[in-house]
Amino acid sequence: MKKSKVFWSYLALALVIYAVVQFLISGNMVSYASQNMLITMCINIMLAVSLHVVIGITGQFSIGHAGFLAVGAYISAICTMKFGMPFVTAILIGAVVSALAGLLVGIPSLRLKGDYLAIATLGFAEIIRIVFVNIDYVGGAAGMQVTHQSTWTYAFFGVFITILVISNFTKSRHGRACIAVREDEIAADAMGINTTYYKVIAFTIGSFFAGVAGAIYAHNFYIIQPTAFGFLKSFDILIFVVLGGLGSLSGSVIAAIFLTAISTYLQGFPETRMIIYSLVLILVMLYRPTGLMGTKEITHLFKFGKKGGTRI
Amino acid sequence: MEWIQQLVNGISLGSIYALIALGYTMVYGIIKLINFAHGDVFMLGAFIGFYAIARWEMNVFLALILAMILCAVIGVIIERVAYKRLRNATRIAALITAIGVSLLIEYTVIFFRGASPSAYPTIFETSNFEILGVKISTQSILILSVSIFLMILLQFIVHKTKIGKAMRAVSHDADAARLMGINVDNTISATFAIGSALAGAAGVIFGIYYTRIDPLMGVLPGIKAFIAAVLGGIGIIPGAMVGGLVLGVVETIVSALGYSLWRDAAAFVILILILIIRPSGIFGKNAREKV
Repeated sequence: MKKSKVFWSYLALALVIYAVVQFLISGNMVSYASQNMLITMCINIMLAVSLHVVIGITGQFSIGHAGFLAVGAYISAICTMKFGMPFVTAILIGAVVSALAGLLVGIPSLRLKGDYLAIATLGFAEIIRIVFVNIDYVGGAAGMQVTHQSTWTYAFFGVFITILVISNFTKSRHGRACIAVREDEIAADAMGINTTYYKVIAFTIGSFFAGVAGAIYAHNFYIIQPTAFGFLKSFDILIFVVLGGLGSLSGSVIAAIFLTAISTYLQGFPETRMIIYSLVLILVMLYRPTGLMGTKEITHLFKFGKKGGTRI
Repeated sequence: MEWIQQLVNGISLGSIYALIALGYTMVYGIIKLINFAHGDVFMLGAFIGFYAIARWEMNVFLALILAMILCAVIGVIIERVAYKRLRNATRIAALITAIGVSLLIEYTVIFFRGASPSAYPTIFETSNFEILGVKISTQSILILSVSIFLMILLQFIVHKTKIGKAMRAVSHDADAARLMGINVDNTISATFAIGSALAGAAGVIFGIYYTRIDPLMGVLPGIKAFIAAVLGGIGIIPGAMVGGLVLGVVETIVSALGYSLWRDAAAFVILILILIIRPSGIFGKNAREKV
């Protein structure tokens, strides 16, 4: 198939999914709880895909993604609640500020490698959280009230644009440079790739979409509290990416859908949920360290008979 | 006098961090893994001490030794079950496994006893000594003497015994050590055992000093101890001690200045500054990466 044809068929598929669910929602055929689960799923997909750019594509191990989620959530909440802006503008502002935060964090910390980067991003996320705890303007530790404005439409188009941008980014020349950085940073540097530049780009894009997710998250739950953006949230997002496969976009999407569904059903038993989560994490790492999908995409499964090296 | 008082508090807190940081730094030095589960071994140590003192009515020192032994066993089990297979895997895989083990320990404890905090039993009535107008509680003295004793013991083990020599050799070059006939697996297990025992001791001391323990208490001290290890230069044992003390004192000063809500942020700011300015830590030497 020609590339454009593939693109249009995906677009059609996405619109069909949207239309069917929207039809069900307007026909009151989806319960409130399932509707909420759908929006949570979309938020988690956005988070997983945005972290996927940083960890999966660029190979930078960031474990502070909840920090950018928090920035997006709080900034957009301030925009709608304090300044009365429309929701779409608030999402955009939240995302842009979150991207700026990503830039700010990325420039100094991306000179670090591996474990050090991981712990530094964790530290930055924690600093962001503590800053929100200490600002009385946004309610401090008690949290901030936000009206419910997230609907399936917002959530779906958030996911749609996230996946569209990130899959195109991956296929672009910049994306390939990022993959080169992931595979071997020193070799990429030797080939003339400006590694720091690409790492910061990936980090900024990742935090931008985490900001979008944050805006939708904030307007879905009536109240946002700094405690919701701690280590655990970061690890939750990390689990989506790791379980799906480091380097597989569709893998992270599938893992996000699957784990959100599971955790919704296990909501009454939070301990059990975390025990299952951690066991899955350990077992996957021990027996399949590349994650369930590896670096493959789901579309590769349908291409029978095509021989050749694994494509990215 | 107020300041010296704060300094004493800071050193007490810092020596707890230092004890945990020693385990981090030893493990990192030997297998290059941030053992996220280390903070949870600290938590388990606190709970073992709690049950030993409150339920089984043990002497404090017996409880301390029991906690150290059990934590050493737990540390070795964690290493054998979760980390051993990953010795040649990517660093990210090992780090994620460590996070997984950490979450598993935390939520298994919550599953069995609930997330509510427990109050540590009072070991002895707090009495304060006055030295030059500075009040020093018996608890502080206990903490300090136990930590100093353990640190001296560790220095002795690392520098004077056979297993210490093996540990130093493996951390220098594991392959060469293996060629020289050192059993690398056993050495790594011994490192985990010693590090976890120190974390267990730190847990009991923490419980005695702060009197409040809960299943998630290991997370923040664990990360701060790691910061202490990085601050001193990861892999360097005296560095971990100094880093722990510095971090404890800085945190206490930040609290004393009236910014107690920012206390945790201070540790992370220190971490980021040290990583940017001097990634090899106070005592570390800069090594350039070669192709």
